[in-house]
Amino acid sequence: MSKLDSRIPKGELAQKWSDHKSHINLVNPANKRNIDVIVVGTGLAGGSAAASLAELGYKVKAFCFQDSPRRAHSIAAQGGINAAKNYQNDGDSVYRLFYDTIKGGDYRSREANVYRLAEVSANIIDQCVAQGVPFAREYGGLLDNRSFGGVQVSRTFYAKGQTGQQLLLGAYSAMSRQIGKGSIKMYNRHEMLELVVVDGKARGIIARNLITGEIERHSAHAVVIASGGYGNVFFLSTNAMGSNVTAAWKIHKKGAFFANPCFTQIHPTCIPVSGDHQSKLTLMSESLRNDGRIWVPKKMEDVHAIREGKLRPRDIKEEDRDYYLERRYPAFGNLVPRDVASRAAKERCDAGYGVNATGEAVYLDFGSAIERYGREKAAVEKIENPDMETIRRLGKEVIEAKYGNLFQMYEKIVDDNPYETPMKIYPAVHYTMGGIWVDYNLMTTIPGCYAAGEANFSDHGANRLGASALMQGLADGYFVLPYTIGDYLSNDIRTGKISTDLPEFEEAEKHVREKLNFFVTNKGSKSVDHFHKKLGKIMWDKVGMARNAEGLKQAISEIRELRDEFWKDVRVPGSIEEFNQELEKAGRVADFLELGELMAMDALERNESCGGHFREEYQTEEGEALRDDKNYMYVASWEYTGDPGKSVLHKEDLNYEYIEVKTRSYK
Amino acid sequence: MDLTLKIWRQKNTSSAGKMVDYKVTGISGDMSFLEMIDVLNNDLVEKGEDPVAFDHDCREGICGMCSMYINGEAHGPDRGVTTCQLHMRKFKNGDTIYIEPFRAKAFPVIKDLVVDRGAFDRIMAAGGFVSVNTSGNTMDANALPIPKDDADEAFDAATCIGCGACVATCKNASAMLFVSAKVSQLALLPQGKVEAERRVLSMVEQMDKEGFGNCTNTGACEVECPKGISLTNIARMNREYLKASLTYSEK
Repeated sequence: MSKLDSRIPKGELAQKWSDHKSHINLVNPANKRNIDVIVVGTGLAGGSAAASLAELGYKVKAFCFQDSPRRAHSIAAQGGINAAKNYQNDGDSVYRLFYDTIKGGDYRSREANVYRLAEVSANIIDQCVAQGVPFAREYGGLLDNRSFGGVQVSRTFYAKGQTGQQLLLGAYSAMSRQIGKGSIKMYNRHEMLELVVVDGKARGIIARNLITGEIERHSAHAVVIASGGYGNVFFLSTNAMGSNVTAAWKIHKKGAFFANPCFTQIHPTCIPVSGDHQSKLTLMSESLRNDGRIWVPKKMEDVHAIREGKLRPRDIKEEDRDYYLERRYPAFGNLVPRDVASRAAKERCDAGYGVNATGEAVYLDFGSAIERYGREKAAVEKIENPDMETIRRLGKEVIEAKYGNLFQMYEKIVDDNPYETPMKIYPAVHYTMGGIWVDYNLMTTIPGCYAAGEANFSDHGANRLGASALMQGLADGYFVLPYTIGDYLSNDIRTGKISTDLPEFEEAEKHVREKLNFFVTNKGSKSVDHFHKKLGKIMWDKVGMARNAEGLKQAISEIRELRDEFWKDVRVPGSIEEFNQELEKAGRVADFLELGELMAMDALERNESCGGHFREEYQTEEGEALRDDKNYMYVASWEYTGDPGKSVLHKEDLNYEYIEVKTRSYK
Repeated sequence: MDLTLKIWRQKNTSSAGKMVDYKVTGISGDMSFLEMIDVLNNDLVEKGEDPVAFDHDCREGICGMCSMYINGEAHGPDRGVTTCQLHMRKFKNGDTIYIEPFRAKAFPVIKDLVVDRGAFDRIMAAGGFVSVNTSGNTMDANALPIPKDDADEAFDAATCIGCGACVATCKNASAMLFVSAKVSQLALLPQGKVEAERRVLSMVEQMDKEGFGNCTNTGACEVECPKGISLTNIARMNREYLKASLTYSEK
């Protein structure tokens, strides 16, 4: 029998959240002042949670490894945030956002959680505007929208290509206000290295001050983990260099189940890898697919000529171009969901049609959009019979206003002008749908320990739709956790301050010290990055965009070998008691080396293809993902038992009462 | 290409630092500047030496974590980029590159090229926000139309990444561009207007307390700002400040 209780409230889907909120226990304001909450991570989920909890009156301690909470990687989100406002009057509704998200996730997420997400989405936009987030507006002064993949409405709010930045700075400003008041105590450049569990409840953390190296004990009545995703297990990803799984992995090893670890999002539009020196990959926002058309040449001789530099993309005639997304998926065209677009790019490149030297790139072309916008603008400016040069000039102005910063980023990295020649793009690891298992209240399997944002698994199933990560992070932090955590903390009003002298803190600190000591005294010969790159290659080749049983088994044994080698031969210079970036990396890569194995096990266990998880053995004749709802319509939730290879699987069955489960089609 | 690097090494805040020479070889023009430092650090680690500490995170020019003063310029010779977006194709084989931390009294060195920019956070905590609690019941986002030009101008100011290049570049180590960007963003929007006076006074007060210098209108900050934050924000802040200091009184 499963140990998992998702605690989904009874009642009609549309009423569950409001009924639940009305009936859960509250903590009165005087008692909140005596309750401490630790929040690890200050991105959209952690930052918004910390600010909201402090506003309610709890005493919050917030931790981030960066030098300021404003630098969390949510800042890099580009395209936008979804909300069911229906400002465009194009048929949007809470139900439709809910439906699109479940369908986009390939029917592997929880109905009740996703409905709640759609329900609070509109509040997020109201809240952010009230904070002074400068969203894009129309000339009438009202908010503008754009479209994202996998949907047929325009519900995405945006601030040029810097939506994540603007939303995070909103949450950061809300945090700053509470920091100024002393309601949040901020610990910058601190990394959580262990969870402290007392009498079965999360009661604190052990953190390392990254400047002095000091190991610190922090106690609290509840701990919120909002430390983001684990895409960096692939070494190359669009994540920041410091993004890591450590906080999530530490709570996993202390009893929090890890759900659907194999569900990884490979984003279709990233700048291709240029060489072995590469340290990270850069995303080109999905919003570009509103206006960009993706293609490769139809004829193999054109492919060769392009690779040899004899032809330029603009020399290829319209009829010799294969707009393969428009060809295969006429209903959604270039705006199919990410998993579908990525696989289609891989299919063309595997067939030999890639347009760069490595054969791993396709074109994202703005030529026709520039022309279309140019003609529109010429008409608005009353220019009669404009010549092509004028049209293109005007069109470029429109494109620059929409995506200027993205085009600039591209140009700086690739040294090529995307206004004149199509961008070259290829899929790359971007987001992880899997994460810490949580119930409806966002509590993990450890009482008092919560997980929010990308760190949890809850809302995106096997594939996340574009512009939904920002929505989920802020929904969790602003509108869900502040309610649900009170229900739990209402039992803690008589507990009083938790002492950090308890033996559990002693034990946890000792454990942390031993690990750190090992690294700085190990006389190895290879740098941490050496092992991280090797792990990344195994993960990308065998646990990446396409997987098969044979490859996954090899991956598991190769990761185990690499892990042994790492512990024998890793070299970390310097000492614990100083600013030591190699030591920070060593701890993170040690955790990735365990997580990688669990991801491969999870992928091997799931004998179906769904969303971002594509098993080559399970596909339709047309190469689309083939789900097995009879046997795999569940959340795979793993319990740590001392070795990642011996993790125990618990299944949470997914029941769809309000949505008919169908084969996902974007044709 | 092969390069000579002269890098500032400093063990911690209290110790003295010095420039140390390093050689790197086989650098490709497609590498970012930080990837070039990765190559150096990997060599140092495998030789058992202490790698160069430097701040970095997103490596796509948006988090504001990377810094470095390269050949006498914040974020190096290119315009409109952070150090992580600076590519080695901007340099030539045989070049000697000087790499120092951002220097300002308010930004003490933590180690090597890493500095403490906590002063920026404290300025933000003094008033860089709209005093609104989280609530599901603020008014509808479209209830209050905002002229597109105002929204766009607020956005342009809001794109500041808080990297500190303006301070490092300024001969007075002034933080006026950073502070004015936030003051402008919020003063331009109706939601921020309500407490604009109080905000500008307390943010400027905190800025002065942190030990930043004053603005003497050389405009170097605007030139070196990786996000192109405009000097007009400083003018707007001065106006806001003057107005507020004449009329505002805490009731």
